[in-house]
Amino acid sequence: MAEVLVLVDHTDGQVKKNTAELLTLARALGVPSAVFIGSSVEAARPRLAQFGAAKVYVVDNPDVTGAVAAPLAEALAAVAEQASPAAILLPTGGVNKEAGARLAVKTGGGLITDATNVQPGDGGVATTQSAFASNYTVESLVTKSPAIVTVKANAAAPAAAQAGATVVPVEVTVSEVAKAAKITGTEAKAKSGRPELTEAQIVVSGGRGTSGDFSPVEAFADTLGAAVGASRAAVDAGWYPHSNQVGQTGKQVSPQLYVACGISGAIQHRAGMQTSKTIVAINKDEEAPIFELVDFGVVGDLFTVLPQANDAVQAAKS
Amino acid sequence: MNIVVCVKYVPDAQADRTFNEDNTTDRSNVDGLLSELDEYAVEAALKLVEGSEDEVTVLTVGPDGAADAIKKALQMGAHKGVHVLDDAIHGSDAPATSLVLAEAVKKASGGTPELVLMGLASTDGTMSVVPAMLSERLGLPQVTQLSTLEVADGVVKGRRDSDTASDSFEAPLPAVVSVTDQINEPRYPSFKGIMAAKKKPVETWSLADLGVDAGQVGLDNAATKVTSFTARPPREQGEIVTDEGDGGTKLAEFLAKAKLI
Ligand SMILES: Cc1cc2nc3c(=O)[nH]c(=O)nc-3n(C[C@H](O)[C@H](O)[C@H](O)COP(=O)(O)OP(=O)(O)OC[C@H]3O[C@@H](n4cnc5c(N)ncnc54)[C@H](O)[C@@H]3O)c2cc1C
Ligand SMILES: Nc1ncnc2c1ncn2[C@@H]1O[C@H](COP(=O)(O)O)[C@@H](O)[C@H]1O
Repeated sequence: MAEVLVLVDHTDGQVKKNTAELLTLARALGVPSAVFIGSSVEAARPRLAQFGAAKVYVVDNPDVTGAVAAPLAEALAAVAEQASPAAILLPTGGVNKEAGARLAVKTGGGLITDATNVQPGDGGVATTQSAFASNYTVESLVTKSPAIVTVKANAAAPAAAQAGATVVPVEVTVSEVAKAAKITGTEAKAKSGRPELTEAQIVVSGGRGTSGDFSPVEAFADTLGAAVGASRAAVDAGWYPHSNQVGQTGKQVSPQLYVACGISGAIQHRAGMQTSKTIVAINKDEEAPIFELVDFGVVGDLFTVLPQANDAVQAAKS
Repeated sequence: MNIVVCVKYVPDAQADRTFNEDNTTDRSNVDGLLSELDEYAVEAALKLVEGSEDEVTVLTVGPDGAADAIKKALQMGAHKGVHVLDDAIHGSDAPATSLVLAEAVKKASGGTPELVLMGLASTDGTMSVVPAMLSERLGLPQVTQLSTLEVADGVVKGRRDSDTASDSFEAPLPAVVSVTDQINEPRYPSFKGIMAAKKKPVETWSLADLGVDAGQVGLDNAATKVTSFTARPPREQGEIVTDEGDGGTKLAEFLAKAKLI
């Protein structure tokens, strides 16, 4: 059976959950091998072995990081040359999509981004994605090998399957043109202490209706243990950071509960939240399109409804 | 510095977007327009050439209607347009689109472009991959998804935001650059701009003009195919209450009943 490469998402060898998900999916397509970029492979090996990586290709070269697409693509191409994989799976996000894009040009393989499932298909690798603001679910077939697929988080439940995780070092010489675009400085973002937006079980979001005062939104989020989201109108006004924006040009979230406060429900906002399990909205305008999506809606002023709901939830919890 | 801006003609997101029988994007029953995310690239280009003799060329690969996307960019202030139009292109995947774009960029800039500007993503495909592919094909540095952009002394600089950090990127020109919707506020075409656009040159090129073989593009040659599409079942509207002093309490009751708290 052909190899299937999985790009490992890790911080200093701490392997992230999405990698275990990808290794699990890869087992249905062939023999999974991990591709590890960095110098801390020994820390990562046990976890990669636990989820079925037969080999771990290691690229330990300071010119290759997970943060710049062109060198990463050259590294992946070097591994692919050696492994002749049937498929290459990458966690979606960061520069991985762009590295996958370059790899598709280099290898002639087909590229699918943001897949929510990957499985063997008739005449290639079959994938599932959503399209047009999540109004459609689309099935695709990658007919040219290798199938290069970036996969969204939570696409599979990680299932253990012990394997050898034999380390295979790969030498990569990064081209001058790939080195030409470089990072000259990095500024870490402050952490909010709240759950990560894309991982949170509950998201409470505020829009233009907050008039810039997110305190009731944040208070309710903290009571629920939720992440805070924002509409683009709120972000454009400078009320909340762009990294909290939900929607087409922000984050796509799919939590158990999404609470939209003072958000009208434009198509670009829906694109980021309409696959949420349960949707609740508070809006002054009973005609607001967000109400078409809700499981429960309150027509009212968020500045009175939210604090009352907050008190009631706190009372119910204690 | 002459700039080529790649723009895409897309179905309006406000309309009911769907697919054709051959599983390609329906572009005939839905009004099309210049992808809103490409307006930011056009604006960025116009800012860079302001006050100079330099010119902005807008380039699109797309069907007949894509001429409208060029028109809008010309109305905003771009100087000339190139429309790559060929029936064989229908159904092309991203690698094929980038192949056509690469040849068109070369032809439009007489060899090597100085700067190619692109949008964050097309609003229909939303893959954010064509800029990286174009950079790969042209053999030029890729500096993408910038929220700030500066070009001076043959170097492009800008900031790229991720979840955990803001990275400062730089690269020597020529380069392929894409920008996000955080970068600027695209201008509306003025009346003067609309009138002036009528006299601006637009060239239409076929694949043959670019020396691209029709066998390298199109639906039959795509490396990925949509095999089926299913409309997401519409969400059923739940209970809507009007706040009469107890809206918050009712909301909390709903959450408790749904076992969400
Ligand atoms: C290319 C493109 C990409 C985009 N990407 C995104 C994206 O990623 N995410 C996104 O969100 N948008 C995006 N947008 C913008 C989108 O079209 C809307 O403009 C935006 O979502 C509106 O934000 P809003 O709902 O907060 O504001 P509005 O549409 O102004 O709605 C505010 C709502 O608050 C209500 N309200 C006012 N006061 C109160 C109060 N006191 N109590 C309760 N309710 C109140 C009003 O009734 C109204 O419904 C994009 C647009 C384009 C063109
Ligand atoms: N058919 C096209 N013609 C011109 N430019 C395009 C085309 N498709 C994509 N692009 C450019 O590539 C960017 C990213 O598109 P995508 O990778 O499809 O999300 C767009 O914002 C455009 O700048």
